[in-house]
Formats: sequence, C-alpha cells, structure tokens
Amino acid sequence: MTDILKAIELRKDYRLPRGKTLRALDNVSLTVRSGEVLGLVGESGCGKSTLGRCLLRLTDLTSGTILFEDQDISRTNERALRPVRRQMQMVFQDSYAALNPKRRIGDLLAEPLRVHPDKNGQKRSRQVIEARLDELMDLVSLPRSALARYPHEFSGGQRQRINIARALALSPRLIVADEPVSALDVSVQAQIVNLFTDLKEQLGLTYVFIAHDLAVVRQISTRVAVMYLGAIVELGDTDTVMQRPAHPYTAALISAVPEPVIGASDRRILLHGDVPSPVSPPSGCRFHTRCPKAEKRCSEEAPLLRSIDEGHEVSCHFPNL
Amino acid sequence: MLKALLQRFGQTVFVLFGISVLVFLVFFATPGADPTSRIAGKNASPETIAKVRQEYGFDRPLPVQYATMMKKLFITQDLTSYANRGEKVVPELIKAAPVTLSLATGGAVIWVVVSILMGTVAAAFRGTWIDRTLMAIGLIGISIPVFWLGQVANLITQARYHDTWLFSWVPALGYVPFAESPVGWFKALIIPWCTLAVLFIGVYARVLRSDLVTVSGEDFMRTARAKGLSPTRVLLVHGLRTSMITFVSLFGMDFAQLIGGGALLTEVVFGLQGVGRLTYQALSALDLPLIMASVMYSAVFVVLANALVDVIYIFLDPRVRDGR
Amino acid sequence: MAGDAPLLDVRDLCVSFRSGGRDVPIIENVSFTVCEREILGIVGESGSGKSVTAMAIMRLIDDPGVSLRGSVRFRGQELTTLPQKAFRHIRGREIAMIFQDPMTAFTPVYTIGWQIDEAIRVHERVSKSEARTRTVRLLGDMGVPDPERTANRYPHQLSGGLRQRAMIAMALSCNPALLIADEPTTALDVTVQAQILDLLRNLRTDYGSAVMLITHDMGVVAETCDHVMVLYSGRVAERGPASAIFTQPAHPYTAALLDSIPPLTGPRPMRLPSIAGVPPAPLERPPGCAFAPRCHYAHDACSVLPPLVRFAEQDVACILPGEGKALPPRILHGAEA
Repeated sequence: MTDILKAIELRKDYRLPRGKTLRALDNVSLTVRSGEVLGLVGESGCGKSTLGRCLLRLTDLTSGTILFEDQDISRTNERALRPVRRQMQMVFQDSYAALNPKRRIGDLLAEPLRVHPDKNGQKRSRQVIEARLDELMDLVSLPRSALARYPHEFSGGQRQRINIARALALSPRLIVADEPVSALDVSVQAQIVNLFTDLKEQLGLTYVFIAHDLAVVRQISTRVAVMYLGAIVELGDTDTVMQRPAHPYTAALISAVPEPVIGASDRRILLHGDVPSPVSPPSGCRFHTRCPKAEKRCSEEAPLLRSIDEGHEVSCHFPNL
Repeated sequence: MLKALLQRFGQTVFVLFGISVLVFLVFFATPGADPTSRIAGKNASPETIAKVRQEYGFDRPLPVQYATMMKKLFITQDLTSYANRGEKVVPELIKAAPVTLSLATGGAVIWVVVSILMGTVAAAFRGTWIDRTLMAIGLIGISIPVFWLGQVANLITQARYHDTWLFSWVPALGYVPFAESPVGWFKALIIPWCTLAVLFIGVYARVLRSDLVTVSGEDFMRTARAKGLSPTRVLLVHGLRTSMITFVSLFGMDFAQLIGGGALLTEVVFGLQGVGRLTYQALSALDLPLIMASVMYSAVFVVLANALVDVIYIFLDPRVRDGR
Repeated sequence: MAGDAPLLDVRDLCVSFRSGGRDVPIIENVSFTVCEREILGIVGESGSGKSVTAMAIMRLIDDPGVSLRGSVRFRGQELTTLPQKAFRHIRGREIAMIFQDPMTAFTPVYTIGWQIDEAIRVHERVSKSEARTRTVRLLGDMGVPDPERTANRYPHQLSGGLRQRAMIAMALSCNPALLIADEPTTALDVTVQAQILDLLRNLRTDYGSAVMLITHDMGVVAETCDHVMVLYSGRVAERGPASAIFTQPAHPYTAALLDSIPPLTGPRPMRLPSIAGVPPAPLERPPGCAFAPRCHYAHDACSVLPPLVRFAEQDVACILPGEGKALPPRILHGAEA
C-alpha cells in the first residue's frame, strides 16, 4: 500500500487574547495509506477537527510538513495548491451550513466543475457538467430531480448526501470527513455510514474519518488514531485498538460508550473530572490528571509515541500489553 | 487595569489626531475657504492681505500651520477665531458645554427610564393590544421631527396656553445655569428634555422589546421558568439584564453624539446656546479654529462614552470581564 | 414498586399546534406512568415528540397556537387544569427539569451559586446564608470539586461537565420527587457522559427521586433505565421494562433502531442494517401505523392505526404479535447479556 498523505510533526497554535496560546496540535505525525479509512477519534478539544483541516491545508500550520503523494504542500500558496485541492475534499458535520441556502443543488454541485478544468486542462462543456451531475446523484442515491431544488427542501440525511456528492464532483482521491454523521438520527446515520463504505469500494477512495462516536469509527475504519489534548495517544489497526487498547485513555474511552445492551455498563472504567483546558495542558503525560494508572514519572516526563507491536503505536509509559 | 487605561488613552490620542488632520485638510481643500481674505475683509489692499497672511501664518507649510493650531488649542489655549477677530474659542466652548451637557443628560435620563418601562411592558404583554399600542406610540415618537415638536411645545407653553395654570410656570426660552438656580435650571430645561427624549424613547423601546422577545426564547429563560419562578421575575431578573447589551451600545453612541453637538435642532428651537449651535455657527462662517475646537470636543466625548459603555458591559455581563 | 400508585400518570396526552388553519398533531395519545424512584427512558429520533412530552408535562409550552389535551396526574393531582400560580409550587419543587445544553441553560450574568440559591429561596423560606450552605452541599454531592469556590463562578467559567452537575444540583435543590432530564448528556463528551449517567442512576437512592430520561441514544437507556418508552412520529411505538425491550423488542421500529447502531464488539458487519427513508412529518403521518412505509413487515393490515397491545412484558403498537408473528429475540454478539 502506498502512502497518499504524510503528516510530519504538525504543530498548530492559536493565539488567544492576553498573550495566551492554544496548542491545538502538538507534534502530530501520521500517514494515510492509499485506499484505507483512517479514523480519528477523541473528545472535544482534542484537535481532531483541526488536524483534519490542516491535512487539507484549510488552516495554515504553525510548523510541520504535509506531503500529498510525496509533494510538499505545507507551505504552498493557494494558487499552486489548486490542482492538489481537486484531489482532496472535505465533508462537514453541519450539512445545512455547508450549502448556500439560496442556490439550487444543481448550481452548487456544478460550481467546482465549472471552476476547475478537467484532466486535459480543458474547460468542461455544459453537456459534460450535466452528465456528471446526473452521475453524482446516482452515486449518492438521490433522484435527479433533486438538482432543481433548494437545500432547505431536504432532510438532514439527504443534505449530507448532497455534501458528499459535492465532495465527489471532481473525483478526488482523498476525502476528509469531519463528524459527517454525528448530527443525524441513528437510523439515518446508518444509511450514510453505508454510503461512505459503498463509495469507497466503488471509487477506490481514501478517507480520513473524524468522529467522536467510537462505534461509528470502528464500523468504517481500517485504522484508528486516538487523540487527546492535541496529540495522538494511540494508533493502530481498528480491531487491535478496539479489542486490546494499549493506552489507558483509549480503554476508558471505549468502556465509556453506552451500549444498547443490558448490563454492559458493569465493566466501566470511570474517569474523574473533565478534559483539561488545552490552553494550559498538564505537564508530562497530558492524560496523567485523569489516568487510573498514573505514577510520578507520568507528571514529569511526556511519553513519546512508540511502536509496541507491528503497526500499533502508543504514547504511554505503562501501556496495557 | 493600568494597561487597559493606557491603551484607551492611546486610542483617544490616535482618534483625536486622525480627526483633526482630516478636519484640517478638508478645510484647506474646500474652495473659497481661504481664511486670509475673510479676515482681511472685503476690498482689502494686497498689503493688508499679505500682512494678515504673515500674521496668521498662512504662508507657512500646512504641517507647521497644523502644529501651531494644535499647540494653541491644547497647550496655550489661546486659539482665536477667524470670524470674530480676537475672540478666543476655548472659553467659548467652555461656556456652551454645560448647556448641552444639561440638555443631553436630562433627556437621556427621561428616555432611558421611559423606554425601559415601555419596552419591558410591551414584551411582557407581547401580542396583545397593550404591546401594539405601546409600539405604535413609539413609532409615532420616531416619526415626529424634533424641530416641529419643539415649535409646537413652544407654541403651547410659551404663547397659546402660557397664561393658563397648566403652563404659567414655564420660563422664557433660554438657559439658566444650575449654579444660579437649580429650580430655574430644571424649569428651563424640562420641556426641551421631553422633546429631545421623544425620538429616542421610540427607538429604544422598540429595540429593547425585540431583544427581550429574542431572549425569551433562550434556554436559560426556560430554565428559570422550570425552576418555578414567577413570570415577572423571569422577565425582569433573568431577561432584562441579558437583553440590555444592544440598548447600552446604542446609548453610548447616541449620548456621545448629543453631547458633541448633535442636539442642534433642540438647541435652536429652545434658544439654548449649546455646543450644537456653536458648531453650526462655526460651520456657516467657515471658522476653522472654532470648527476644530468643537470637533475635538465632541470626539473626546465619543471616546469617553465608549469607555463608559465598556464599563457598563463589564458590569452587565461577566463574560466580558474574562475577555470571552 | 409495581403495586404502588404511580408518581406520574400521563394519559392520552396530545399536543398540537395550529398552522395554516390546520391542527398539526405533534404528539398523539401518549400514555405512560412513572413510579417512585423509577428511571423511565423516553427514546425517539428528532421529531418523535419526546421533548414536547416533557415540555407539556412541565407546562413550558406557552405558544398560544398550541393546544393540549389529555391528563397528567402527579400524585393523583391533575396538573393540566391547575392554575398557573398553584402549578408554580410544583414546578421546580416537586418536578424539576434539566436540559440538553448546560452551556446555555444557565443565565450567563449570574453566578452558579446565585442561581441555585434562587431556586431554593423561591420555594422555601430560608435565609440567604442557609440557602448558600445548601447550595454548596448540593454541589459537593454532585461531585463538583471545591464547591464553595465553584458556587461563586459564572456559567461560562465552568466546563460542560461541571455545568451539567451544577444544573442537576439546581434541579435537586428542593428535593423533587421527579426529575425530568431532557437529553442531559447529548452535549457532553463520552467520558463525562459516563460520569453524569452514573450520577443520575444514584439519585433514587441518594435523593429518592424518580427520573424521566429523554434521549435519542439507545445505549444511554440500556445503561440507565428501568423502563423504556419508544416514541415514533409522535406516537408510542412500544413501552415496557428495559430488560425485555433490549432482549426482545416487539415493535419492528425498536428492533430496526437497535440493529442500526454499529456494534462496539463482535464481528463488524460489512454494511449496517439501516432503516430506509425518514420519519414522516406530522402532517404527512399515514392514517395507519406511522412506521409502515419504512417497515419490512408492513402489510395491508397496517393501514389501520394499531392499538397498544400487551406482548410478553411490554405494550406494543404493532399488529404482528396479534397475528402470532412476533419478532425473534435480538441476536447479540460478544460476551455481554
């Protein structure tokens, strides 16, 4: 498997008033392999959305390098980035906010096709665009008549299909989906998760799938990265991470998910307190304030992300092995 | 705290500098504004003109003229008028300021109190005839021109019904200093106050009502009701304070603008020699020193009023305190 | 518990609002009971009417276009016809409520402590300092660290989890017999959600309160509730003990909803079993079973509105059990159950 995207020591700081800095990403490195689904999970403020946006250069980095198919795009200007932009698209959580309410679906979907030239550098003709729009509607299982309607005429699930269609318009290779199903009802959520799976098979896509819902991430991902306060704490194959979590945080996170089964809560690891503010993260290991296994060393020395098994990395001094 | 104060002071200086440069440049760019011929008088001989030019420094480069004017205005405070030779503008302004200050403050008290009352009552009874009546009254207030209302008030209280018991107490037009006679001051100003307040009452009551209605849909209002609080308490204690933000911002702007001379029409109608009138006179005579002085004066008040609004914000909303 | 008279008895509750000259039904004939110290879960997707049910019981819907029918009895006393003033003594004291978003549910300009004091003092004649003592104790009981200092802080200065704890403290301030929790953990992170659910589970022993927990999350219900009511498109689909519903759901909707949740353990299905389509809008509700258009088992008989019938331990609004074609028990993977 080749690497489609490689992120090396990404750092993203946000300046806050009164001279404070919020380090949203702290030395994050990861690779996205062609054809895989990399799930990014974590609680609010862990930096998973920031990472998603940085990977696509929708937000500028403070430092670090991003390689898209071995091309360094971390400092490229907007103009030079345009051909790369076609290859990578984003789907957002809020299906409504992502669509201009005053324009018809057909218009919205045709826009990227009009702006970007095709593979041969030619402008697309109207017939080509219209044929593509019909194709897109078929891909996301919406009736072609939807093209003539406005965003507010659709339900949340349908709007998310439209957003996916828009992301697919230019036949990208990589899609970063930021909480694409978390605003949807469970029954609709399953439809959209299935759609993502189908499209991947059909079009050979690669996803970075960002979500806070572990069950959804497990369902769709081939690998999972667990984030906590701006850093990756565990990374590995989905089944390995979910069945044998090595980081105490991952274990607690998995056990905290309420399952629709009576008696499932009995083996819960209950963490104390809230996630600390990313403005003043704890010293040493960032998780030590809530960790049931924390020792003195954890508050003094920050653990590095290290490999404990083939393709299984964890940043913890005392991982569960 | 000190840092914030210094910051605000720096801002003020910057704003004053910007405005003064602008006024200065616009003045000299205005055709026919050349002060030399005005000061020298009609049909003045070339020698006189040259003398005036030299005496007033009009032959020097603009930056130097600007610096001289600023020095005379702020440091030596002996800037003299171009229109009335020899008349110093700073004392002129100091004489006019209390008049406008009295007028604007009194008006403000009336409009704040009445509009809060009207807005709250209208919001409490929203959708009923009480709401509609109050809002209609507000709209009428907004629509009435101030000078017309002032003239009518004068006509009624000064002429037509002046001799009846109702209005016999109304003194003749003009200002009575507070130090001279507080009662006289009050009597002289009460009708101008009300006239000035009418417009603002209409605007503010409507703004407050609409903010209160918006806030009543907020989650915390529902929580307050779910706690078992009475509707009155929910509205006054939880709703009113949180909906005052727009009200306060508007107030800061309007009040500053009035003190800075925006109450011109009211001042003229009621024969009050305030800042508005002074500015008007300066403008019609194209008298740069007086224009400059009054513009500087009102700019200071706009900045001060903004500072005041910030302080009120901090009092109203703890989130501002933490800079969020 | 079963033998006692119920604490809350809701019968045939209907809420509708007038729009364009028509009555749009939001919820139709919703009936259920909550016993002392019981935790009842009300589940449904958005638009199912679960929040409206709670708002109707608390009489927090004051839109003049809304009409309300049916009966809500609390300890035998009819609430729907009680004068506003008398109802205020029950609201907040006997029945308290907490809301989804603790971020916006507190008035932003007063401290947490002030707001809890207010809740106490509106119902009881106690001095300010007595109220504050109680507030601090409540906050401590809810697991708020350093309760005295926290009481003096403003809502925006607290994290989501702490705010929700403070919200629960405020709701419990007058020892209510019933706590209505409307999506109390939806806005929270999953590790914090676990803490709050733990807290809610313990209320019955620590405070003797019954809880009506409204949620869209079947997992939350399974972990917290004794009884469950599933709402679909404003109508009761199924209700009964949680243990029964999670092992053998009797309504095809409940079964499909449970199936569509991706499992956390066991084999991963290639595709998730999903329910096609979306719930109908109130005005487009079919005259018969509202779920029929999305149901695998739908047949002609479903065009008549099915009444709630008894099946095993639960009541179901479905025709299948009556036809002797009850759904099979749920297949569970992994080590649980």
